[in-house]
Amino acid sequence: MASKTSESGGDDAAVLLACVRRLGDNALVLGQRLTELVAHGPELEEELANANFALDYIGQARMFYSYAGELEGQGRSEDDFAFLRDAHEFQNFLLLEQPNGHFGDTVVRQLLFQAFYVLQLAAFAQCSDERLASIATRVVKEVRYHLRHSTQWFVRLGDGTDLSHARVAESVERLWPYTSELFDGDAIDDAMRVSWGGPDLDALRGEWRRSLEFVFADAGLRVPVDGWKPGGGRRGVHTEHMGYLLAELQFMQRAYPGAAW
Amino acid sequence: MTKQDWPLYEVFIRSKSGLSHRHVGSVHAADAQMALDHARDTYTRRSEGVSIWVVRSTDIVASDPGEAAAFFEPAEDKIYRHPTFYEVPDGVENI
Amino acid sequence: MYTQGLDQANSAAELADGQETPEQLARFQARIDAEEKIEPKDWMPAAYRKTLIRQISQHAHSEIIGMQPEGNWLTRAPSLKRKAILLAKVQDEAGHGLYLYSSAETLGISRDQMVEQLLEGRAKYSSIFNYPTLSWADIGAIGWLVDGAAIMNQIPLCRCSYGPYARAMIRICKEESFHQRQGFEIMLTLCRGNEAQQAMAQDALDRWWWPSLMMFGPSDGDSQHSAQSMKWKIKRFSNDELRQKFVDVTVPQAEFLGLEVPDDELEYDREARHYRFGEIDWSEFHEVLKGNGPCNRQRMETRRRAHEGGAWVREAAVAHAEKRAAKNAA
Repeated sequence: MASKTSESGGDDAAVLLACVRRLGDNALVLGQRLTELVAHGPELEEELANANFALDYIGQARMFYSYAGELEGQGRSEDDFAFLRDAHEFQNFLLLEQPNGHFGDTVVRQLLFQAFYVLQLAAFAQCSDERLASIATRVVKEVRYHLRHSTQWFVRLGDGTDLSHARVAESVERLWPYTSELFDGDAIDDAMRVSWGGPDLDALRGEWRRSLEFVFADAGLRVPVDGWKPGGGRRGVHTEHMGYLLAELQFMQRAYPGAAW
Repeated sequence: MTKQDWPLYEVFIRSKSGLSHRHVGSVHAADAQMALDHARDTYTRRSEGVSIWVVRSTDIVASDPGEAAAFFEPAEDKIYRHPTFYEVPDGVENI
Repeated sequence: MYTQGLDQANSAAELADGQETPEQLARFQARIDAEEKIEPKDWMPAAYRKTLIRQISQHAHSEIIGMQPEGNWLTRAPSLKRKAILLAKVQDEAGHGLYLYSSAETLGISRDQMVEQLLEGRAKYSSIFNYPTLSWADIGAIGWLVDGAAIMNQIPLCRCSYGPYARAMIRICKEESFHQRQGFEIMLTLCRGNEAQQAMAQDALDRWWWPSLMMFGPSDGDSQHSAQSMKWKIKRFSNDELRQKFVDVTVPQAEFLGLEVPDDELEYDREARHYRFGEIDWSEFHEVLKGNGPCNRQRMETRRRAHEGGAWVREAAVAHAEKRAAKNAA
């Protein structure tokens, strides 16, 4: 695996590959979750918005995986990365594989991740790999819109009715622990920063928290205290949800190996 | 209207700079900002616009079709307002 | 993706109500005959308004319910490209439902009223969406056959006498042009694929062929109110005319794919230049329309759950908007 190479030898190309593939994993898993919501939205206009977001993440996964395939140079396609790897080979954040739950859960998951993702992408847009920088430049525009959307909904739910306030507060409690993983960098993140000018996760954490404090205040909600810190996504150790997500995602490719669609 | 029903907004889109905004339809939204987002997600999925206006449907004041005759026909006999009213002899150009 | 065949729900009594004078009606008909568009605030017979509300709202409901059978395969689409295409298509359906609700709202009914009619089972939607999507090939078959049939219906509607409906249809037809092609492309890929894929494609055609023909509605002889709708230029071709046109263009496409249309009586009439096809099982059509199709209950249940499950969200948005407005006013 690429991660091993990087830990032992600090191979820059392998680090870049692992990083790009992880970005693809994050986008794919979140895109798949949002896809599950289609035809179940709370209002018709929200259906359209959600489908846009899902399309954006699936599109990002395709860009990142295609590039990963080129970096790897073994002829693997975007679909090979998406459909023919098992759970332990995916290195997405655990936050993103969490089930959609109710609308409030989805909004909170989106907000917590997107507030991080825009910062991460903005940093990659400045990195020294031209291709990754150009993808990040393009993607960050999409995600800024997503973040605006989830921020507005977070405030609406927090400030709305007693019921919505209580529900979204619960969602925050449930999902907050999974955010520690976003900043819990490993050897790949370190090497990415040193060799390619990737994001400085410690700096990002402060910025992320400040932006959320503002949003939480607007929503009349409190930023939770850090406690339990689940992790493992970066090592391919997932929650139980991941297996089902992949079973559904990969069904056709697994049932009809080698067929073209 | 129950508490969950969102009011209706009319949507106007400028398809490219230099053109006027044109009415394209409507969306429901709880507030103006949401109406703008909904209009963007609904009516510009294929890059159809560079600018969007939304306005509460109830805020639009429209002329009454029943009075169309009194309202519009007086303008119809002012044909001298149109360039084709005037005769320009053959051979005269740039006018 | 739309279908008609629902207009038979009109009753003669409804068409006769209203207090219109013969002069008003004649003036209105003269405008229609002159191909003038009727706009929202114009005078119109009550029955014209009623017919349009019913047709447009049924059309809108069909788009919304129609998201479900295809949405069923979104999470299992076999490639990322197919997933993205299908997502865009299902999203278009939500958009088209929205355009249509929006045009019906110009007739003096609110979207909430229409949704309520649907959820209470008082409004109909196209019966085709009460069939299940059992394999990936069904996604191809829906695009190819169901959208193909829908296009036959929808193109004439772009010239419908009611302005907002006609304008919505123009937009919809433009956006839908890729829907049928993506379906045919899925079928083509399957038919050029391995044996299992070819069998999947044939099975999908077997199950979707007859329901697609039913999309055009009852035979002209049994369609009570087509005549009035034609006179009002809400409708431009009869059910049977459109159905024949569909069969004529689709059978050669099936042959190109190497698939067999599941109709023993299908044969080409050289003289008439039309395909002659077997009798539709109208009892099935009426059963599905009555609510006894394979998926009627499931589709309605899903819609109801989404609507009811979203109530607290919609309420929260209104409450927040009111609080902000009060704050800004203060």
